[in-house]
Amino acid sequence: MLATLLRNRITAVWFVLIAGALMSTDLGTGHGISSHQAASVVIIMVAFIKVFLVGMYFMELREAPNVLRGVFCGYCLLVFSVVTGMFLLA
Amino acid sequence: MTTLRNVVSPSKGKRETHLPGEEGVWVLIFGDMLLFGVFFATFLFYRGREPGLFTESQTHLSVTIGIINTLLLLTSSLFVVTGVRAIRQGAQKLAPALFFGAFLCGAGFGFDKYIEYSEKISHGITPGTNNFFMYYFILTGLHMFHVLIGMGVLTFMIVQARKPDMTARRFGYVEGGACFWHMVDLLWIVLFPLIYLVRS
Repeated sequence: MLATLLRNRITAVWFVLIAGALMSTDLGTGHGISSHQAASVVIIMVAFIKVFLVGMYFMELREAPNVLRGVFCGYCLLVFSVVTGMFLLA
Repeated sequence: MTTLRNVVSPSKGKRETHLPGEEGVWVLIFGDMLLFGVFFATFLFYRGREPGLFTESQTHLSVTIGIINTLLLLTSSLFVVTGVRAIRQGAQKLAPALFFGAFLCGAGFGFDKYIEYSEKISHGITPGTNNFFMYYFILTGLHMFHVLIGMGVLTFMIVQARKPDMTARRFGYVEGGACFWHMVDLLWIVLFPLIYLVRS
C-alpha cells in the first residue's frame, strides 16, 4: 500500500524540490560563477517556484477554492517581487 | 453523508474543490507567512546597507548543515502528505508511522540547529556580533520555534491517526496540522537561500 501511495505525482514533485535545493546550493557555493548577483536572482526564483509547488501539491491548494488558491499565488508573486526588488535595489 | 474529502459541491460548470483543514488554520498560516515576508524584506534591506559585512559574515555559516536541514524538512513534508493520503485512501494504519517519520525529521532539524548554534557560540559569534548575525539568530530562531510547535502538532496528528474512528471533523484537524507543518517547510525554503546562499 505504501508503495502505491508513493507511486504518485507528489513523489515526483518531491524529487523536483530536492533537485531544486541541490541546484541552488551548488549555484550559491560555486566558485567559478562570474556573476553572484545573477546567480542569486536565479536562487531566489527557484526558492519561490519551490514554495509554489509545496503549496499546490503538499498543501493541496490546487484542489482548494479559488479564493484560497488565489491568495496563495498572490502571496508567492508579491513576496518574490519584494524580495528580488530588495535584493537588487536596496 | 459526510466524507473525509469534505468536498464543496460544485455548481454547474465549476470545478470540484476541497478546503484542506479548517478556515482558522489558514488565517494563522497566512498571518505567519506574511510576518516572515516582512522579515525577509527587512533582512534584505539591512543587507543592502552593509553588503560587504553580510557577505563576509555569511562565509562563517555551514551550508552543509543548511542543505541537510532543507532535505530533512522536504522529506518530512513528503511523509506528512503521504500520511494524509493514506487516511483518505483507507490505509489509516500507515499514517501514525508516516507522521512519526516527519517528527523524526523535525527532531533531526533541531539537532542540526543545536550543533550549528553551539559551534557559533563556541567561536564567540552571538546575536550581538553584528547585524548579519543578529538577523541570522532572530530569523532562524523564530523558525526553529515554529519547528518545535510543528512537532507538537505532529504529535497531535499521530494521536488522532491512531484513533480508529476517523470522522470528517477529526480528519479536518489532521489536514490543518499537515498544512501547518508544510508552512514550516515552506518558510525554510526561502530562509535557507536568503541567509546562506544569496550574495552580490
